[in-house]
Amino acid sequence: MNQEIIRIGHGSGGRLSRELIHQVFLKHFSNPVLNQLGDAAWLDPQNLPLAFTTDSYVIDPVFFPGGDIGQLAVSGTVNDLCVAGAQPVWMSAGFIIEEGFLISDLEEIAISMARESVRAGISIVAGDTKVVKRGQCDKIFINTSGIGILPKSRLHLKEGGDVHPGDKIIVTGTLGNHSIAVLSAREGLHLEENITSDAMPLNSLTEKILEIPDEIRFMRDITRGGLATILVETCENKSFGIQIHENKIPVNRSVRSVCELYGFDPVYLANEGKIMLVVRQGSEEQVLSRIKTHEYGKDAAIIGEITDTNPGKAVIISSIGGRRMIDMLSGEMLPRIC
Amino acid sequence: MKFTEDFRNEGLVNKLLAQIRRISKRPIRIMEVCGGHTMAIRKYGIHDLLPPTIDLLSGPGCPVCVTDQHFIDLAISYAKQPHNILLIYGDLLRVPGSYSSLDHEKAKGADIRIIYSTIQALEVARYNPDKKIIFVAIGFETTVPGTALAILQAFGENLKNFYIISAHKTMPEAMESLIEEGIPIDGYIGPGHVSSITGSKIFMPLAEKYHIPVVISGFEPVDILQSVMMVSSMIEEGRSGVEIQYKRLVSVEGNRKAQKLVQEVFEPCTLKWRGMGEIPGSGLRLRKKYQNHDAVIQIPVKVTSGAEPKGCICGQILKGMKKPVDCALFGKKCTPSNPVGACMVSTEGACQAYFNYQSVI
Amino acid sequence: MCLGIPAKIINLDGDYADADIDGATIRIGLQLLENVRKGDYVLVHTGYALEKLSEKDALETLELIRRLEEMDPEKPDTPA
Repeated sequence: MNQEIIRIGHGSGGRLSRELIHQVFLKHFSNPVLNQLGDAAWLDPQNLPLAFTTDSYVIDPVFFPGGDIGQLAVSGTVNDLCVAGAQPVWMSAGFIIEEGFLISDLEEIAISMARESVRAGISIVAGDTKVVKRGQCDKIFINTSGIGILPKSRLHLKEGGDVHPGDKIIVTGTLGNHSIAVLSAREGLHLEENITSDAMPLNSLTEKILEIPDEIRFMRDITRGGLATILVETCENKSFGIQIHENKIPVNRSVRSVCELYGFDPVYLANEGKIMLVVRQGSEEQVLSRIKTHEYGKDAAIIGEITDTNPGKAVIISSIGGRRMIDMLSGEMLPRIC
Repeated sequence: MKFTEDFRNEGLVNKLLAQIRRISKRPIRIMEVCGGHTMAIRKYGIHDLLPPTIDLLSGPGCPVCVTDQHFIDLAISYAKQPHNILLIYGDLLRVPGSYSSLDHEKAKGADIRIIYSTIQALEVARYNPDKKIIFVAIGFETTVPGTALAILQAFGENLKNFYIISAHKTMPEAMESLIEEGIPIDGYIGPGHVSSITGSKIFMPLAEKYHIPVVISGFEPVDILQSVMMVSSMIEEGRSGVEIQYKRLVSVEGNRKAQKLVQEVFEPCTLKWRGMGEIPGSGLRLRKKYQNHDAVIQIPVKVTSGAEPKGCICGQILKGMKKPVDCALFGKKCTPSNPVGACMVSTEGACQAYFNYQSVI
Repeated sequence: MCLGIPAKIINLDGDYADADIDGATIRIGLQLLENVRKGDYVLVHTGYALEKLSEKDALETLELIRRLEEMDPEKPDTPA
């Protein structure tokens, strides 16, 4: 196995940098725009409205069950565009690499990113590489920024803009898989069910959902902070409230058990391939059926509704019928002992 | 039979609620003294389901919350020393000391690691022979056996670099001191996992002395409601004593083997509880034989402590005298992301439980 | 410090055991107990088994509650 490592010189802009770009990045990301290796990428959005997003990825471990940081860096950014209703087109990728990182690992990450980009139909058209001294970053950090094109029929998908009491809330699958997959890799837990990270590009799923765009009020990618954070962000300072039923939230048995063990609440766990959507009242069953025909939507469920009571607040009805309000995740979710 | 699911059954919950409504005639105050109970009650919305005659109080059952500020300062002092690795249970990370917190020190470069078991603590000590490993031992009688085992193991292996600082506490003395202080409590919901180790017998003296009912409860909603039902029933009928709701785990005698291990390693001492002052016999310290592993004795460190934060009424909340909503700082200056007092930091603290699981008006 | 989770012993290994927590397998210390057998249920806290759980007592507790009166005085038309 190739033991060649990243050295400071690889980030200095000279010959070593050039070699790395050709050897790893151009080799796997090749496309007409990127191959020009200009200072900037020339793009033509053809006068259409654009969606733009950016995200940085610092996950540890870099390789985990179901994926790696590269795959995450592509699918995370792609998904932010998709839930905004945009079709992802172009992406940039910036790398900050710790001296000593294996070039073979970097290549594996680049291969993941290339594969994920093809799956998502997005091109990596701009990039940057910096190398820092040992200890100045944790192995590798990646930033990706993405541009998508917004068809006119989906311009209404702005945050909470058109939501009415009576509208229903759907999640597209089981929650917490990504968090628990990463945690189990870190802690050496053995899970009975094959819990792998759910990181994946969701364009085909969002395209399915948006087949009838008017039925969909609003979508959000359920990432860090979990479902609870998204729910609170959706209704905070608005004239409507949210009510969800705890026993309708889909969670895998293994994920639930690990949550019990560490004292985590599944509604606060990070996901990487799950969407929360608000659906026009009356259309929820059709939308749910549509989602369930997709391979990533098999466990989708209607979990609650928009209400006119408790405006600005998100309420959960517990599995035994008691009600409580939920807040966003504050700080890091620390494992409880008690 | 599913030990968790079956005790979350909505049908059984409804039956218990109906029975509680039948029994409960006059206003009563029932206190639970376990962070696990505080959490479960708020999480399941049990406070939302009980009749208004029952006031459920949260007592000093959160081990992080009752840890004295000076002890946090002590832990911080050890963390700051190079060549030390501080090992803690997660919740302790963000508790404010007088001038800093472990979280803050970690961000500045201190080697502070979160562990889930003392089994891991020993491993860290074995893999780092050139460092001093200091385990911050907090927790009640449920957690003490784990520390005792680690000390016995370290002693047996002659693991010279393994130390603890102990703020371990025992429950009955604190429960007594609340009654002595005149806090109106009609009955206690007793800690189920503490009792699995100690047996329900440790609560008998206080039940007898103060003619008060104590019901040892499990942690699922069915358990808690059955316990509320049992306590209410005893109060209405004027009965006192200790009863066990958590029969599947708790006995009168408890786990004798675990008790012997604890007695071998630890002895009672006086300890300061945040907000409650010193309570004689409520703490545990290492016996002389094991003092080679006591950091305070072997590797003393200078500690500077300051006054408790102004306006913070954690002490009164821990005693059930006030509710989190009574605190002027609650939800304003003091929130889970920016906590002033320990009750807001810990996921078991009454303040955080109230904040995160607010009642629906 | 009360977070305890029920676990079923599936494999004994000296002072340790592999235990099933309904969907995941964890490694726990048995130093606080005696005569632990495969198939026993224990309560796990901070990596150790604290005590055995009794299925018999659990079932009795549930049965006792089931036998509580059916009707709820506050909701006379709804069975409790």
